[in-house]
Amino acid sequence: MTTLRMNTLARRILSWMKLWKIIATLILAAGAFATFERFTRGLGESTHLTDQFPWGLWIGFDILCGVGLAAGGFTIAAMVYVFNVKRFEPVVRPTILTAFLGYLLVIVGLMFDLGRPWQIWHAIIMWNHHSVMFEVAWCVMLYTTVLALEFAPVVLEKFHLTRAMKILRQISIPLIIAGVLLSTLHQSSLGSLYLIIPEKLYGLWYSSYMPIFFYVSAIAVGCAMVIFESCLSSRAFNRGLEIHLLSEISRVCLVMLAVYATMKVVDLADRSAFSLLFIDRPETYLYWLEIGMGIVLPIALFSFRKIRESRSGLFVGSTVVILGFIMNRMNISITGMQRWAGASYFPSWMEIAVTLSIVTLGFIAFSTAAKYLPIFEHPEHHTPAGDRHPIIEDLEIVSREGVLLDNVLRES
Amino acid sequence: MSTAKAMLIDLTVCIGCNSCQEACKKENGLAEGEEKSLSATAYTALEEHDGTYVRRLCQHCVSPTCASVCPVGAFTKTAEGPVLYDESKCIGCRYCMQACPFQVPRYEWDSTNPRVQKCKFCATRISKGLQPACAEACPTGATKFGDRDELIREAYQRIKASPEKYVDRVYGVEEVGGTSILYVTSVPFEKLGFKTEIQESAMPVLTWNALSKIPGVVGVGGMLLFGIWWITNRRTEVQRIEREQRTQKNHANGEERI
Repeated sequence: MTTLRMNTLARRILSWMKLWKIIATLILAAGAFATFERFTRGLGESTHLTDQFPWGLWIGFDILCGVGLAAGGFTIAAMVYVFNVKRFEPVVRPTILTAFLGYLLVIVGLMFDLGRPWQIWHAIIMWNHHSVMFEVAWCVMLYTTVLALEFAPVVLEKFHLTRAMKILRQISIPLIIAGVLLSTLHQSSLGSLYLIIPEKLYGLWYSSYMPIFFYVSAIAVGCAMVIFESCLSSRAFNRGLEIHLLSEISRVCLVMLAVYATMKVVDLADRSAFSLLFIDRPETYLYWLEIGMGIVLPIALFSFRKIRESRSGLFVGSTVVILGFIMNRMNISITGMQRWAGASYFPSWMEIAVTLSIVTLGFIAFSTAAKYLPIFEHPEHHTPAGDRHPIIEDLEIVSREGVLLDNVLRES
Repeated sequence: MSTAKAMLIDLTVCIGCNSCQEACKKENGLAEGEEKSLSATAYTALEEHDGTYVRRLCQHCVSPTCASVCPVGAFTKTAEGPVLYDESKCIGCRYCMQACPFQVPRYEWDSTNPRVQKCKFCATRISKGLQPACAEACPTGATKFGDRDELIREAYQRIKASPEKYVDRVYGVEEVGGTSILYVTSVPFEKLGFKTEIQESAMPVLTWNALSKIPGVVGVGGMLLFGIWWITNRRTEVQRIEREQRTQKNHANGEERI
C-alpha cells in the first residue's frame, strides 16, 4: 500500500519536473530565436521600442528589477560581517550566489538592450562623471567583481585551493564594505536615472527622493528575496528551512517597508501631491495596486508573529513584497511614462521571450551551482575557538568543569 | 557667449514650403522624401497645427541634457552653439533619448549598428562662416541665423514693434537654461505643442544634485561601516578572551584542588 502511494507520488513529482523542463526548453528555444533576430535584424525588428519610448521591458525588468532583486547580497553580507550577526551565516552563500547570478544576468540583459553592446567597455576609458549612467556602469562593473570575489571561496573550497582562500579571507572585510558601498550607490543611482525627467514621469512616482526610495525598497526586497529563495530551495533540494532565521529577516523587511511607507507619505505631503491619489486615471489604480500589494499587505502580514513564523506565511509575505517591488519598477520605467510619451508601449513577444529566458537561465544556473558546489553547507571554520557560538563554548566550559569535579570527587 | 550662434524661427512668416527639410536632407545626405515628423532620416520637420507650421529640430541647449546624461560623453557642446554627437563613442544606451526635454534624438532602430540621429546645426558650415543649410534655403526669412545675443534682441524688437501680432514670449531664451533655437509666434505656444510648463533652470542640475553626494556617501558610509565592524568585532574578541581567561582560571583552580 505505502509503496504504491510512494510510486504515484514519485511519478507525480517526475511529471512535474518534466513539465518544468518542457516549459524551460520552450522558453529557451523562443529566446534563442529572439536573440538571433535581435542581433541580425536590430532592435526595431525584435522590440516594440520607438523614438517616443526608447526604454522598455529590458530596462524596466531585466535591469531595474534584476539589480533590485540582487540586493539581498549586500544586505546579508552587511548583517553577518559588518554588524557581526553571525547566526545569519547559513543564508550567506545562497544569497551571495543569487546576487552574483543576478548581476551576471543584468549584464546579459544589458547586452540585448544596448544598441552597440560591443562598445560597452567605452565606459571604462571615456568618462563623463556628470552622467548617472556612468555611475551605473561603474557600479555594475565593480560590484560584479566584488560579488565574484565574495562567491569565490565557495569554488575554492570545492577544489581545496587553500592558499587563494587565505588571501581572500585577508581582504574579506574591506571587500564586503566595498560591496555594501557600491550597492548603496548602484541601487540609488537607478532611481537617480529618472531625476532628469520631471515632466515625463507621472507625478505619483516622480520625486527628488527617488534615489533613496530605490535604495530602501531594494533592502526590503533583498530581505524578501532571501526568504523567497530559501523557501523555494528548501523544497527543491529537500532541505530543512531555517524558520527562525527567516522570521528574523522578515522583521528586518518589515522595518524597511515601514520606513519606505513613511517616506512615501512624507514625500507626497512635501509635494502636496495627495490629490493625485484620487484622480480617475490608470496611473492612480496602478499606484494603489503597487502600494497595496508591495507595502500595505506585507506590512500587515509580517506584523503577525504567527505569520512570520510559518512557512507559508513567510512565502506569501515575501512573494507580495517582490511583486510589489516589480510593479514599482515597471510603473516608473514604463506605465508612469506613457502619458507624457503620448505613446503606449507593450513589449513584443521577442522581448518577453528574452526576459523569460534570462530568468530561466538564472534558475538553471542556481540549481546547477547548488548541486555541485558547497552552497548550503556551513563554511569551514579554520579558527575553531574563535568562530564557535558563545553558548557552545560555555557548554564546553561547564562540561570540562564537570569532568574536573568528577576527578576531584573520585580521588578524594 | 558672444561667439554663440542661434537661429530665430518666426512662425508668423513660415509658409510651410518644406525647403528647410529638403536642404537639410541634401546637406546631410539623408534619404529623400517629405517627412512630417522628426526621424532618423529627418533632422528637421514641419508640424502643422491648425494652419501654423512649427519647425522642429534639435534646440541645441546652452547646457544640454543629452551631453550631461551620456555615460561615455558622446555629446559635446561647441562654443559656437552646436551640440554634436560622436557615434564612435556611443554604446547605445539611449539615455539621451529618454532624457531630452524636447524629445528630439531619433534612433536607427532597423540597423544592427544603430546611431542616434539629430540636427547638427551644420557645424562644419558654421565653422567656415556659412549659415546652416536650412536658414540659407528658407525663402521667407522665417528661419534667421545669427549671433544668439543679437537674435534675442531682434526677437523682442519684433514683438515690441507689433504687439498685436505676437505672443509676448520668446521661446528658447530661458527654457531649460536657454537654447540656440528661438521661436516667436502669433498663436499661443501651448497650442502648438510646445512644452510651456518646462523648467527655466538647466536640467543637468537635477541629476548633479544626486551625483555630487557620492563622495560623501562613500566617505561617511565607509567610515561608518568600518567603525561598526571594528566595534562588533572587538566585542566578540573581548568576549572570547574573557572566556579563555575564565577557562584557564577554572583549570588552575581545579588543578590546585587536586
